[in-house]
Amino acid sequence: MSSVAQKRGFGATLWDWLTTVDHKKIGILYLLGGGFFFIVGGIEAMIIRLQLLTPNNDLVSAGIFNQMITMHGTTMIFLAAMPILIGFMNAIMPLQIGARDVAFPFLNSLGFWMFMFGGIFLNLSWFFGQVPDAGWTSYASLALVSEGHGVDFYAIGLQIAGGGTLMGGINFLVTIINMRAPGMTYMRMPLFTWTTFVASAMILFAFPPLTVGLFLLTFERMFGGNFFDHTMGGNTIIWEHIFWIFGHPEVYILILPAFGIFSEIFSIFSRKRLFGYSAMVFATVLIGFLGFMVWAHHMFTVGLGPTANAIFSVATMAIAIPTGVKIFNWLLTMWGGSIKITTPMLWALGFIPTFVMGGVTGVMLGTAPLDYQLHDTYFVVAHFHYVIVGGTVFGILAGLHLYWPKMFGTLLNEMLGKVTFWFFFIGFHLTFLIQHWLGFWGMPRRVFTYMDGQGWNSSNLISTVGALFMAIGITVLVYNIIVTSVKNVRVANDPWGDGRTLEWAIESPPLYYNFAQTPLVRGLDTVYIEKMEGNASGLTPAEPVQDIHMPNGSFIPFMMSLGLFIAGFGAMYRAEESWGLPVLIFGLLWTFIAMAMRSLKDDLGYYVKKDEILRDMKRKGGQK
Amino acid sequence: MMKGLKKWRLFSLLAALTVFLAGCGQEELSTLLPAGQVGKDQFKLLMLSSGIMLFVIVAVMVIYLIAIVRFRRSKLGEDHIPEQVEGSHTLELVWTVIPVLLVLLLAVPTVYYTYKFSNVTAMDVVDEEGNAENLVVDVTAKLYWWEFEYPNLGIVTAQELVVPTDEKVYFNLIAADVKHSFWIPAIGGKLDTNVENVNKFYLTFDKESKDLKDGVFYGKCAELCGPSHALMDFKVKTLPRAEFDKWVTAMKATGEETTDVAAAGQGEELFQQSCIGCHATSAVGESGAVGPNLASFGDRNRIAGFMDHDQESLVEWLSDTQEHKPGNLMPSFGEQLSDEELNAIAEYLMSLSVEK
Repeated sequence: MSSVAQKRGFGATLWDWLTTVDHKKIGILYLLGGGFFFIVGGIEAMIIRLQLLTPNNDLVSAGIFNQMITMHGTTMIFLAAMPILIGFMNAIMPLQIGARDVAFPFLNSLGFWMFMFGGIFLNLSWFFGQVPDAGWTSYASLALVSEGHGVDFYAIGLQIAGGGTLMGGINFLVTIINMRAPGMTYMRMPLFTWTTFVASAMILFAFPPLTVGLFLLTFERMFGGNFFDHTMGGNTIIWEHIFWIFGHPEVYILILPAFGIFSEIFSIFSRKRLFGYSAMVFATVLIGFLGFMVWAHHMFTVGLGPTANAIFSVATMAIAIPTGVKIFNWLLTMWGGSIKITTPMLWALGFIPTFVMGGVTGVMLGTAPLDYQLHDTYFVVAHFHYVIVGGTVFGILAGLHLYWPKMFGTLLNEMLGKVTFWFFFIGFHLTFLIQHWLGFWGMPRRVFTYMDGQGWNSSNLISTVGALFMAIGITVLVYNIIVTSVKNVRVANDPWGDGRTLEWAIESPPLYYNFAQTPLVRGLDTVYIEKMEGNASGLTPAEPVQDIHMPNGSFIPFMMSLGLFIAGFGAMYRAEESWGLPVLIFGLLWTFIAMAMRSLKDDLGYYVKKDEILRDMKRKGGQK
Repeated sequence: MMKGLKKWRLFSLLAALTVFLAGCGQEELSTLLPAGQVGKDQFKLLMLSSGIMLFVIVAVMVIYLIAIVRFRRSKLGEDHIPEQVEGSHTLELVWTVIPVLLVLLLAVPTVYYTYKFSNVTAMDVVDEEGNAENLVVDVTAKLYWWEFEYPNLGIVTAQELVVPTDEKVYFNLIAADVKHSFWIPAIGGKLDTNVENVNKFYLTFDKESKDLKDGVFYGKCAELCGPSHALMDFKVKTLPRAEFDKWVTAMKATGEETTDVAAAGQGEELFQQSCIGCHATSAVGESGAVGPNLASFGDRNRIAGFMDHDQESLVEWLSDTQEHKPGNLMPSFGEQLSDEELNAIAEYLMSLSVEK
């Protein structure tokens, strides 16, 4: 295992990626997987917008349109936004706390492969022609009567992928609690690590309800469980509660890591310490906590009664306060700083007005009596795209440009990056600003078409044109990535020149053991402190150069996930095909055997020898 | 570059203004032109919350723009190292307390209206003779159509809700198959029709609908309910109390008409043979029919909730219902009946009126 680049065959490279447990490589895998699904979800979005281009359009049928909106939502939330964010967490968080990997590298790999197989399972529904069509919320009464296996694909696919996410969350929690470098106290952790920590804790508490809900739905549809069928004593509202007890924290799981990325960016490109660091940390934790207390604001029109609606209304408004604290602290970070507008900073600057607009419409929706009018209209569509695209997707694209050199060792073209930004930013506001008014004007969401003469035509046209702009922006980004990868101009440790945290003091990309010597952390923005004191490397070692223990790669996570994937098909076809039950049993056995192999075979890892580390240090000119 | 950026900012401001002024939508279905007390109260809340939120947006944008303009590295020089400020307790307090006050300002009316809108205690009030004092309508949402029963009047209709103006109308809402949501944008907010329980609320209708573009308010289904969710529209006709009473009397009279088979035209005969199984032509009765009640079909504004109300469209609809409203439960008759027969039925249906 030498870090010296060797020409390797395609097979060996593939094997390396299939078996890797290195957090940096798994981060890249998440990015690739999530990026692929982001494109798929984007194509679905374009079909939705093209269908709504004109009244009475018949580009796609009503049934296919419902499949599009369902898969667009499900794909973007579960298979694009979350995995890409988890990819950044994987790639960056261990570097930020001075660790050599996450706490459970094997589990990390298993989490990725479960996400990937779950995502593939869900999207194979297109090839079976039986696609989920009950919306990404899959409300029980409609999901129960949905014909074919569409909703089964949803339930089983998300079950597999969700298991992977839960593992990732637990892994990050343990990593941050146990593996911080000496001196890295909680209140010295970079904000991205903090938001990873809080988002992981939220995953830990939010995903079990989803798991339970999906199992109930699976049992109801496949085995006659009758949890939701009211004619058999079930209750459909229970599904709505279970879904949103998961679903509301989920949106904070999506936004908090993006907040973390923006916090890093504002600090780096203002060349200034994050203003009000402790208030920022407190606000993050508070948002994480309140995120679990407001789920019923998605259900104001269900008829829960005035007391429940009033309580959840006020609780929802309360979230605006810590969020506001964050916004003002970012502004004050820029205030008095030295602002350099790079592509990541441009995304961060675009984020502030966009997210503020999404935030305030959130408070408006949280006003229960007003929500009676706005609920399930295009106003809601506008609102959640302002927060999820304006917050999470902007954050992802900012992070992509910011961390690309750290992950791949080469800098994305800045000019093309700015072209991407302007197309996407203008396109975004064109698409979604007008949708607030469509909602006011009475247009319900999730409609496959609309009649002429309701005053919605030109607004929908504008909206679709905006979506085309966004598509152009993303196309430029893909072009940028290809060109940059082909040119492959290598960059130094800190290509931005103003890095403040540990990841910017090591190679781009880091060696597979990250830190030759575990660093000593002397404060918030430790690398900045070191550099200001004249230590050009930015690092002070906390240990002598010594052998480093590393985990071995493993193919078992891939095999375990594959078993679940196979079992999923068996479960789905158990009732109607004779091969269903055997395949279900076969798949589960496959997984259990893989688990047994993992348990019975000792895997003690290996040591990176001191000599090799010294050789690397010499060759790289030393990272000290 | 800066100059171009400034121009662009001005342009975007203008664009935003245009959108603002583009109007309030159409009277028959815009929440911005409320025609009922509930909708008016909600509009007040919309204005209050928008005002507070615009204030927040402006405050953020002012700080944001000044910061970007004043603290650019291109101005300060490449080597400038800013002072590393830790934070400010005073400022943190300011931007915690002010938002708390703003939220309270919004929270008080929110709680007030939440209770106000849910108050249906007057629903079951009866006068000395035991008659209900308020009009109650039982709404049943079914796969892509709406059934309206007036339990205290003993009549039932579908697709077109008829209500008196200037009084509270109470609604009992339920769905017969999957969840839908009952919404009349110009009148007031929506309430879901769940499958397992009856939801209750009230609305008031302050404006006669006859002056509107189509003579009706638009009603929508607001909860995804299957392929034809988008087409699950209904219409609302609002009448002064006196005219409403007349309408009720006329609806009750449809129950007394008996079909004189000998005198009936071809359309009515065909209807009695093939349509009557699902569709009633008498408005007297209760909800629970397989298909929409057609007693006042000729008075309605749309066919199937969204198609033009003329004989040609009706024939089109009858001959291929799935083409027009995918997933609905009515069979297509294009292959069973000839064009002539379909036309006869259509002509008969168009003649079913209580208003003419």
